[in-house]
Amino acid sequence: MGTVAAHGLRKSFGEVQALDGVTLDVPDGSFYVVLGPSGAGKTTTLRAIAGLEQLDEGSVHLDGRDATADTPAARDLAMVFQSYALYPRKTAYENIASPLRARRASSTEISEAVTKVSGLLHIERLLQRRPAQMSGGEMQRVALARALVRRPRAFLMDEPLTNLDLKLRVEMRTELTRIHRSLGGTFVYVTNDQVEALSMADRVAVLREGKVQQVGTPTEVYERPANQWVAGFVGSPRISLLACRAEGDRLVGEQGWTLPRPRWTTARDGHPLMLGLRAEDLSVETRSEASLPGELYGLEPLGDRTVVDVKVGEEMVKVKARPAVSGTPGERLSVAVDLDRAHLFDAETGLALSAPGR
Amino acid sequence: MAGIEVTNLHKRYPDGTVAVEQVDLSIKEGELFVMLGPSGCGKTTTLRAMAGLERQTSGDIRIGTTLVNDLPPAERDIAMVFQFYALYPHLRTRDNLAFPLRAEGLPEKEVRERVAEASRMMQLDALLDRRPHRLSGGEQQRVALARALVRRPQAFLMDEPLTNLDAELRADTRTEIKHLQAQLGTTMVYVTHDQVEAMSLGHRIAILNKGRVEQVGTPLEVYDRPASLFCASFIGSPPMNLIEVEVSEGALRGPGGLVLPPPPGLPRDRTLVAGVRPEALEVTNAGTEGSVAARVVSAEALGDEIIYVLDHGGGRDLRVRMPPTARFATDDSVGLRHAGGTPPVYDLSTEELVA
Repeated sequence: MGTVAAHGLRKSFGEVQALDGVTLDVPDGSFYVVLGPSGAGKTTTLRAIAGLEQLDEGSVHLDGRDATADTPAARDLAMVFQSYALYPRKTAYENIASPLRARRASSTEISEAVTKVSGLLHIERLLQRRPAQMSGGEMQRVALARALVRRPRAFLMDEPLTNLDLKLRVEMRTELTRIHRSLGGTFVYVTNDQVEALSMADRVAVLREGKVQQVGTPTEVYERPANQWVAGFVGSPRISLLACRAEGDRLVGEQGWTLPRPRWTTARDGHPLMLGLRAEDLSVETRSEASLPGELYGLEPLGDRTVVDVKVGEEMVKVKARPAVSGTPGERLSVAVDLDRAHLFDAETGLALSAPGR
Repeated sequence: MAGIEVTNLHKRYPDGTVAVEQVDLSIKEGELFVMLGPSGCGKTTTLRAMAGLERQTSGDIRIGTTLVNDLPPAERDIAMVFQFYALYPHLRTRDNLAFPLRAEGLPEKEVRERVAEASRMMQLDALLDRRPHRLSGGEQQRVALARALVRRPQAFLMDEPLTNLDAELRADTRTEIKHLQAQLGTTMVYVTHDQVEAMSLGHRIAILNKGRVEQVGTPLEVYDRPASLFCASFIGSPPMNLIEVEVSEGALRGPGGLVLPPPPGLPRDRTLVAGVRPEALEVTNAGTEGSVAARVVSAEALGDEIIYVLDHGGGRDLRVRMPPTARFATDDSVGLRHAGGTPPVYDLSTEELVA
């Protein structure tokens, strides 16, 4: 068992309301990612679950039991931080063994557990080295091994990949999902990197200013963002947002464009809306009845694709195109819109208008 | 405006550390040129030598036709931009823009003219009387950029100027820098360790490693045909799959039965490595013609694409880029096949492109 639940967490630091009623239900065995920008309250949430933060209000339940008053040690959770925090004078083996020694495990048990976890993380050849003889990526693996060597109720991870270079981060993403599957424990993982969240999570909770914005699978959060803010935070390049209103069977943009009104739009005529368009649902290479008139602003080649920046009036739209697409800044062009995949938000509340069938 | 020539640049510090082994660059007039590499590759030292902030041990730097080796920074007529610092909060946009010009002691009439010009170009006219707290994040960045540009130098040298911005502003400012450079046509040399930034900004990119230039090319050239194994693993995310291959019966054959089309002119008796981009591979149903058997190790759904990690019995997992509509799941038995053009091939011992 390893369910983790947080109910109505509130915590302020002076004037700052770090947590403003955070509720999370982490199912047993899931890879649960808490995603948000810096200052969202992610780390505070994790620390509250670990018992490292005194709460103003709210409760933490572990395996269904109220653990709000328990000491960190009594909660039986393992934490991995951004900084590796290894003992500098100890070998990797001793670093990994330390949580077991603290629990007075026998040396046979320790040796078996260390061997198993170091196989999982491919660090067998590092076991006799000290931290000073390891690279950053190797130290992060040892730090992970030290957390994973025990079988706690759940693993709590606070941006453990942040200090690694891009290539290592990509590799470790795959490693962590693989490790999670072979260990089968509950992972609660905090990050500000939406690619990490989407690629690893079973479930993502998106946090902003101490409030949960949405909880869902990566696909749900990407394809059905609950509000305009989540739509903008998840996905790269960022979703393009255009101010508009519904008028009869048309959507009329503030910048003068019109598009057919998607049938599912429930908004009243004249109510201010935001149209959200993802780069892959737009094209400058095909023609369509539904299109936006614009001017080429720039090209951003990324190798496997090129992002075309198009100014539609004063607003910027980002369009995914073939790697070798060409064009000259200032050139007029027309952006075809796949309206079946468009998003509409209430511009006053920011909330998504429901799009049935998606 | 001027091009910049760097010839035989070498920089060694008194303690013996060699920051730049040998760098030759020919940056064209009006070009947005990016120097890309990991920390310690020599990119910042090279830039600082261009600016005159660092004296090279040997080698020449020319800005336009002028040999500038002995000129102090102020006489090189270049603008070094370290970071887009925050705006002065108590100053209105027009005074934020005028600040560097007044600091240079320009006559007030010229200050006003230049501010008006920069403002027109960056579409800041409506914002000139606002203070920073009344500007949106994107507007603040436009003002910061304009402030760096009012000086009209021969060239701009930028050292990771976007490092301190959050991801969203970084992407927006990148777009603005590229657009503005195209409008101004001023030579710009831009240093970064971020390959996405390098690809999306540069007309050409120089990839540096251990104080040497490993490749110079357009973004698509360095992406499609990396000049070395280092470049191959540095550009692109997820990186290129590097697959050890043998040549037999007119094909490149990798472990696990994978077959790739061979480029002409392959050397004999070398251990060869083929570089295959994740989008040049395809996950198929098991048993599909031309595919080899594989198992899905993990599926990373990134919204507009899915990155599959596959084990095809080749010893090393391969990464495959697929559209978001692909429906394979972890542990599925699938097929794997090559779906791209002729891959670049490297010599494992020299780590260089051979065909």
